[in-house]
Amino acid sequence: MEIVYVYVKKRSEFGRQCNFSDRPAETNVDIQPDPSQATNFIERDPIDAAIQCASDMSEHEVNTERFEMENEGVNHLEGGWPKDVNPLEMEQTIRFRKKVEKDENYVNTIIQLGSLMEHCIKQNNAINIYEEYFDEEETADVADEPPSAKTINVFRDPNVIKRTATHLSWHPDGSKKLAVAYSSLEFQRSSKDMSYESYIWDLENPNRPDLVLRPSSPLVSLEYNPKDSHILVGGCYNGQIAYWDTRKGGQPVELSTVEFSHRDPVYGMIWLQSKTGTDCFSASTDGQVLWWDIRKLTEPTETLVMDISRKGVLENALGAIALEFEPTMPTKFMVGTEQGVVITCNRKAKTPAEKIVGTYSGHHGPIYALARNPFFPKNFLTVGDWTARIWSEDSKESSIMWTKYHMAYLTDGCWSTIRPAVFFTTKMDGTLDVWDFLFKQNNPSLSVKVCDEPLFSLRLQDNGRFIGCGSKLGTVTLLEVSSGLCTLQRNEKNLATAMFERETKREKILEARHREMRLKERTKAEGKEEDVKVETEEEKPEEQLARVQKEFFEIIEAEIRRKERAAKLSRAQEKEVTDENEDEDLYKEE
Amino acid sequence: MAEVEETLKRIQSQKGVQGIIVVNSEGIPIKSTVDNSTTVQYAGLMHSFIMKARSTVRDIDPQNDLTFLRIRSKKNEIMIAPGKSPSASGFQASC
Repeated sequence: MEIVYVYVKKRSEFGRQCNFSDRPAETNVDIQPDPSQATNFIERDPIDAAIQCASDMSEHEVNTERFEMENEGVNHLEGGWPKDVNPLEMEQTIRFRKKVEKDENYVNTIIQLGSLMEHCIKQNNAINIYEEYFDEEETADVADEPPSAKTINVFRDPNVIKRTATHLSWHPDGSKKLAVAYSSLEFQRSSKDMSYESYIWDLENPNRPDLVLRPSSPLVSLEYNPKDSHILVGGCYNGQIAYWDTRKGGQPVELSTVEFSHRDPVYGMIWLQSKTGTDCFSASTDGQVLWWDIRKLTEPTETLVMDISRKGVLENALGAIALEFEPTMPTKFMVGTEQGVVITCNRKAKTPAEKIVGTYSGHHGPIYALARNPFFPKNFLTVGDWTARIWSEDSKESSIMWTKYHMAYLTDGCWSTIRPAVFFTTKMDGTLDVWDFLFKQNNPSLSVKVCDEPLFSLRLQDNGRFIGCGSKLGTVTLLEVSSGLCTLQRNEKNLATAMFERETKREKILEARHREMRLKERTKAEGKEEDVKVETEEEKPEEQLARVQKEFFEIIEAEIRRKERAAKLSRAQEKEVTDENEDEDLYKEE
Repeated sequence: MAEVEETLKRIQSQKGVQGIIVVNSEGIPIKSTVDNSTTVQYAGLMHSFIMKARSTVRDIDPQNDLTFLRIRSKKNEIMIAPGKSPSASGFQASC
């Protein structure tokens, strides 16, 4: 059946604007059902229809806001007793218990459970199924996995105005806590709202600091006493030294007097080995190194001025930034300065002039970190300007090994406590580099981008596995390095020893040669002054040509002679061969 | 009555057994060979644990039931033999 609807429009009406109007609905076509059509179809019985009875589900995403959690303990005394029995009264409880024991059900249950329990106990006693089965087999060659570092935790500065995390110190036993010193190192940038507080964080709780330290001026450096884990000493931005006892709270127990303290921020602070465990020394950019006894912070026990000319004049002194002290060598210590010079000093020298033993210069900028290799105390690492350098105490002229010049300034560095040839450095672009000098010397073995802002401080935990890095905005990131970087490889100590010795020898040879050259130049300079001016003949062009020609012909003749000799030799060899053949033939005939 | 005593004594005499605590379905310790505070602590802690374990087993397979529970730790092992289902629990219809 065709359904057609026709409408007509005049040609003159094309292109006219549309005039819309409303009109009621009209039925155009009405098709009635036709029962005779049903005969074309067969009814089907039964029908398979799939239905599903499931509840309507909808998907929602919810994210809760961060909420503060606090751990509290609950003491549970006793419960479950029926109302008529008072749990505190012995008589009532005993009576109740006796009543229960008389119950027949109880007896049956106990006997049944008893046998079950006995069976299991005997099982346990017979064989320990959880024993160590494969103890003898040591882990096979550690798979050559690429070194990696994983971020474990991040501790942020809870204040609104973020300060730089300038120094980190791990808790001496167990390393479960981390003390961080916060201050703003930029000149006159600290606003008056900036808080002076520094924090001690517990590794388990990154939301809230474990203890808040409130000095009178922001702390630039902070160290735990390795002998007594409750004592911390800190160097302030205004040059004072303060010490805290964590049992006594956040206020410093004692503060040094302003007159005798440093005049610049105290950048370096190290505890000394002493019987009383209360000695420490500090260094600052005002050019002094001061020794303190904690019990009496009113004035330092000793002072030393970092003047290389050994005159003890404060004006010439170099500003000290990094300090280094090795407990196995208690009389020697090293200071890294702002001018790029490392000064080794001997504490037990008789006169202040002798205290400064030697200097090593090699950096173009301030030395931010100074560390001795824990396995090879004669070699130490300095980090400053755009490189990190390794020095040997014997070669004073230059470092024995150094990294290439980077794009960003290096801010801090330290040796690994487990592997002698591994050290870590942090840069101003927020990356942490792990260098394995035995493996690769051009590039770091691993370079991890920790954050976008510059990293200022770095501290490795004693087990060599965890590193804390502090950044400019006060964020301390805790990283864990892969096991390849913190397990001692076989032969590593020998290889590292060999490498250091080799490099030291090379430097020594170079130094010796330099010295010789300098000596020669000096004598030559002295010698030349005595001689009359020596005339130098200038060759005229014709003479040059003649000389060149002669040389050319000489070369050609030499070549010809050589060829003749070679030809003669080969002919002689051929004759020998034919002679041999003749001999053989003769032999055969016979 | 005497069999109960005998059973408990037999268990106690096994090698390595540190103590026995008998608890009824409401969590009240009936008999114990250790001091009161330890008894109360264990009874309180174990009760909810047994409930959870039992309900887990039965959720997975309703025909199944918890027969024995062992908690092995570094220092020792706690072994629990639960009795018949406590009268307090009911069958919860899931919505």
